[in-house]
Amino acid sequence: MLLAGGQGSRLGVLTKNVAKPAVPYGGKYKIIDFPLSNCVNSGIDTVGVLTQYQPLELTDYLGSGAPWDLDRMNGGVHVLSPYQQISGSTWYKGTANAIYQNIHFIDRYDPDYVLILSGDHIYKMDYAKMLDYHKEKQADCTIAMLEVPWDEASRFGLMIVNDDGTIAAFEEKPKNPRSNKASMGVYVFSWAKLRAYLLADEANESSSNDFGKDVIPAMHQAGERMVAYAFDGYWKDVGTIDSLWESNMDLLNPKIDLDLNDPDWRIFARSPVAPPHHIAPSAVVQNSMVSAGCYVGGMVDFSILFPQVTVQEGAIVRDSIIMPGAIVESGAVVQYAIVAENAVIRQNAAVGCRPEDMRDKDAWGIAVVGIGVEVAQGAVVPAKAMVDTDVGGAVI
Amino acid sequence: MRINNVLGLLYSNSYDDALPELTNLRTMGSVPFGCMYRLIDFPLSSMVNSGVGKVGVITKSNYRSLMDHLAMGKPWDLARKNEALFLLPPFSAGGIVGNQTRMEGLFGAMAFLQNSKEEYVIMSDCHTVCNIDYRLLMKKHKSSGADITVAACRGTAPNLSCMRFQVDAAQDDRITEIAIQRDPTPDTLYSLNIFVMRKSLLERLAQEALRMGRTDFERDVMQPQVQSLRMHAVVEDGFVRVIDSLQSYYDVSMSLLVCHQSLFSANRPVLTKVQDDMPTIYGLHSSVKNCLAADGCKLEGKAEHSVVFRNVWIEPGAVVKNCILMQGTYVSAGAHLENVIADKNVVIKPNKTLVGTPNYPVYLGKGIVI
Repeated sequence: MLLAGGQGSRLGVLTKNVAKPAVPYGGKYKIIDFPLSNCVNSGIDTVGVLTQYQPLELTDYLGSGAPWDLDRMNGGVHVLSPYQQISGSTWYKGTANAIYQNIHFIDRYDPDYVLILSGDHIYKMDYAKMLDYHKEKQADCTIAMLEVPWDEASRFGLMIVNDDGTIAAFEEKPKNPRSNKASMGVYVFSWAKLRAYLLADEANESSSNDFGKDVIPAMHQAGERMVAYAFDGYWKDVGTIDSLWESNMDLLNPKIDLDLNDPDWRIFARSPVAPPHHIAPSAVVQNSMVSAGCYVGGMVDFSILFPQVTVQEGAIVRDSIIMPGAIVESGAVVQYAIVAENAVIRQNAAVGCRPEDMRDKDAWGIAVVGIGVEVAQGAVVPAKAMVDTDVGGAVI
Repeated sequence: MRINNVLGLLYSNSYDDALPELTNLRTMGSVPFGCMYRLIDFPLSSMVNSGVGKVGVITKSNYRSLMDHLAMGKPWDLARKNEALFLLPPFSAGGIVGNQTRMEGLFGAMAFLQNSKEEYVIMSDCHTVCNIDYRLLMKKHKSSGADITVAACRGTAPNLSCMRFQVDAAQDDRITEIAIQRDPTPDTLYSLNIFVMRKSLLERLAQEALRMGRTDFERDVMQPQVQSLRMHAVVEDGFVRVIDSLQSYYDVSMSLLVCHQSLFSANRPVLTKVQDDMPTIYGLHSSVKNCLAADGCKLEGKAEHSVVFRNVWIEPGAVVKNCILMQGTYVSAGAHLENVIADKNVVIKPNKTLVGTPNYPVYLGKGIVI
């Protein structure tokens, strides 16, 4: 069960009209491609995708599930949106409530185990191994954990783990962390147990119907067998502009262990129909990722170009992410920026700024140009700005 | 728009012998071309983009790679419950042994033709790289009242045995004379072997030919009936390139670097089998100029004026110039390639040098390690 209903409000203009899992990532993917491909590669062929916020883009993208090989006779991918019932209609009140409202869907397949995932992380993980661990430990709930640097630990939900792998205590974003083992938001439950706790959680009117806040603490308190499954590999929450930018840039870093071209662990995506990309004689492209249908005439350095992006002669794109269909005209300079789909950066405009060129380092940040926004000739979008309406030209 | 009354018929093995290097292990239709396509993608996409919903692909030999490529026809939106993509392998009946000529292909496909409800047929070969709007061809076919309409091109005819036409401009380019030659004569109107006619006419012509033991469509059917049937030529002036040799394969590939926009039209996209490669990575010191490249490559060295297919790896310090590198080519550090056509999965070991000339490119067969 893939929780994909979140708005991702910290991504600002990028999630104005699309849910977070549908945000483009890594040149041709969307964030949801990662958990979905992990499922398929782990041998899971029945996936429910729970949507709520702006589901159109996501539902379109999933379609019949064919790109992930999830168009199956039995099972496959199912989009599960909130629905009307005799008792009335309710939105998904929380992550646990979303699963609760789809108990009948899960019951239809009568599984022994249910895997709960979220649609906002970039990682490659074999859930089958985690399930084996869950069985081996005879656990009721297994939570995937990752060791994070101590100085960042206070940003995560942490677990204190006993020597035998069972979880002693949970700490939600503590000021003084006692552990650096963070929860990855990947859970395996024995379905019968989870089902009972979901019913109890729904009956409890004071509950916020959230896995992390309510269901898991309740299970822990009741003494159910909870174990932590250690994961060692690349994992990144891409919930903020900075982490989305960083995680994209990680793809350009050969030292980071995230190979998207591994034939044994493909990340599948709905590929656009686009011809090969063209690097013109005038172009300089270094340390970058370029997708199908792009035209590069200018300079591209440390950047990620999504499909059908145009970078004209004399334009400069540095340390930036340019999403599908965007155009950077000649003389324009885009630095430390995310330019969303179909945005147009007109001639000699400037978007973003390098940190070394800023006097006030605190005012620096990634600049974001929203979907379809036109930045007029000579206009300036400063660092850290986030624009979702057209930006006028400079007055000379 | 779907023009359901037109049936598509593709010859995947046409003129295989013109390109023996590349068709040794595959059909003309499955020859890799243009970074990520196979030659059959061009006529097949033209058909689908023109609304043709049922296509038969006539094969002769070595069509394993073609079957792998086409499969159910999903990328072309031809994986339908009924009436979509049909592979027509050699079918031996009535003493005819399988699909050696255009006419024999028709004999084998007779049942397919008869079982189709469509009123018209478009037939095409796979050795011509173009992106033609067949709807215009159909329109001209209907407005001229022709029995057979043939797409043609004016210029130096390819070095293949194919028809050259004399036409009467006053009669809407009606074909008055057909010559079948091999020489690359300059400034002639030559056939692109894209034919439009009523299905009933094609069936009748095929049955007559079968009865009379005629096997050559151009020589035995078209040429003798140039007066009794109304045949019209439609001159194509967009991106049309006929591949008649390894040299022309090289030249046509290279011409994409100049005019790929006219081939890869946004309104009529060229469709191909979907791959799940990640986008191409350019390395820290890569120097790539004037190249077309597909997804999944790692370009860390120097590449200039080249056509780079999927999953090609050019190591730092390698130099590639005027080359066509097919899927999975590995060019190691210090290697130097110029005017080379590398077939799939060729490996160039460190510091090896291979230099052809623009009019005599070096061809490296599939999987060769140098």
